Amino acid sequence: MSAVTSLSESAVPAGSGESALGDLSSPASASRRAKDRTATIAMHSAFVLALVPLVWILWTVISHGYRMLLTSQWWMNSQRGVTVRDFGGGAYHAIIGTLLQAGVTAVISVPIGILTAIYLVEYGRGVAARAVSFMVDVLTGIPSIVAALTIYALWISTFGLSRVGFAVSLALVLLMVPTIVRSTEEMLKLVPNELREASYALGVPKWKTIMRIVLPTAFSGILTGVLLGLARVMGETAPLLILGPYTKSINFDLFSGNMASLPTMINQDRTEFLDAAVQRTWGAALTLILVVMLLNLAGRLIARFGKV
Amino acid sequence: MAKRIDVKDLNVYYGDFRAVEGVTLGIDARSVTAFIGPSGCGKSTFLRTLNRMHEVLPIGRVEGQVLLDGVDLYDKNVDPVAVRRTIGMVFQRPNPFPTMSIFDNVAAGLRLNGTKNKAELTEAVERSLQGANLWNEVKDRLDKPGAGLSGGQQQRLCIARAIAVRPQVLLMDEPCSALDPISTLAIEDLISELKNDYTIVIVTHNMQQAARVSDRTAFFNIAGTGKPGRLIEIDDTPTMFSSPREKATEDYISGRFG
Repeated sequence: MSAVTSLSESAVPAGSGESALGDLSSPASASRRAKDRTATIAMHSAFVLALVPLVWILWTVISHGYRMLLTSQWWMNSQRGVTVRDFGGGAYHAIIGTLLQAGVTAVISVPIGILTAIYLVEYGRGVAARAVSFMVDVLTGIPSIVAALTIYALWISTFGLSRVGFAVSLALVLLMVPTIVRSTEEMLKLVPNELREASYALGVPKWKTIMRIVLPTAFSGILTGVLLGLARVMGETAPLLILGPYTKSINFDLFSGNMASLPTMINQDRTEFLDAAVQRTWGAALTLILVVMLLNLAGRLIARFGKV
Repeated sequence: MAKRIDVKDLNVYYGDFRAVEGVTLGIDARSVTAFIGPSGCGKSTFLRTLNRMHEVLPIGRVEGQVLLDGVDLYDKNVDPVAVRRTIGMVFQRPNPFPTMSIFDNVAAGLRLNGTKNKAELTEAVERSLQGANLWNEVKDRLDKPGAGLSGGQQQRLCIARAIAVRPQVLLMDEPCSALDPISTLAIEDLISELKNDYTIVIVTHNMQQAARVSDRTAFFNIAGTGKPGRLIEIDDTPTMFSSPREKATEDYISGRFG
């Protein structure tokens, strides 16, 4: 007689409530299966519902706007000399304007944002740090038109300067800095403390540890945060309407004259019914979506391939 | 090169809470001293005060003296960063810098302290990797990332990194607890070689390891949670493990608690 009997010989047949495995052998009850099915259907429906406006927007913009983007004129010419009813001309002036303003915004906000995040994570203690953190939170929620009006009050009312591209950039800085502070903060906190300790134990001072060990380790995450923040502010229209009037000509000077941008180009002809104007408007919209999407993709690619 | 450490009546605090109470002991140059004791008795905390790492925490503070060949490390005129260049540390979990290659990892201490000469750095890296018994395994892939090595190799990489800056003393906080037995043996052999050039202090949970590698052993204990840890006894290792003076030491070593 074998000392070891197989489970099937010694156990009561499966399916009955008294098997050797007890309750483990019976499948999920009918009511649980029904709940599972209901939840699955609800989730999938919500997902489809969420996709609907996205797909609809993309389809509308692409189908209305693609024609203009296929011409080489679009990418190289401005609207100078083109009247409302004419086809022709391009979006070069608006694309340049958007990119220039976004570039200046980035150059100003990135150092401010990253240094603030470094302060909050590595140095901040007590009341001062809490106050700074609170103010960053407040800034995160500022509506873009309020930021624009603040810069208007400063730049135009107080200093008496005129409405130029740089003023738009300043308003965008107010919107971009809190985003960068928060995302950089998260990335810095993700750097394990053991790395800092390893560096201190080698006799490396704190500031050098931050510059040469912590920041390089967090670099790809910080870059992603910057690109995503940039993608967000490039679409903000309120500062452009208040501080950056439209022009049909190319203007590289941020400090004098009107500078066109994609959102104001869209705004320019949006009330027109003539075919040329309508196509231009949709074309500008599609261009703006493309630029923002490229930045987003770049951000995500860096996040995926730059990770250590 | 290696120096002697004398600790006089050291008390270690986290804010107002006293974690370690009144420790006085001496550590000979070019020897291996092991700190043993149950969890939470303050061995690691005390170890970290020897190279002023404890005060990296905002609430960490220390009262008392730690003398390195007669110089008080906690004197007001002494720069903690300079202390850490003289007294190196290896941690429990290997922590090579992830963005750097093997070469850059070992050279990091020298580079970040100002050495730029390529020849000097190359010589220092080879010397340190030889000293850590890792040279033969990595000499063909010095430019590969440091994080791509096995656990035991990473820990030896961290040891190489620590000795590249030529410290006087090497502190090791449970260096083998995250490693498998083969790697542990390799590190223990390494410690026996390193003691010819450095003063080594090692905190270990593993009493047998203390018996194997150390010349002197210090036993720390804690009276209860919320109470400070204390040094109970310090003596030559063979004496500690065969005929200790204190009852608590004997109980711990024979496994009645721990």
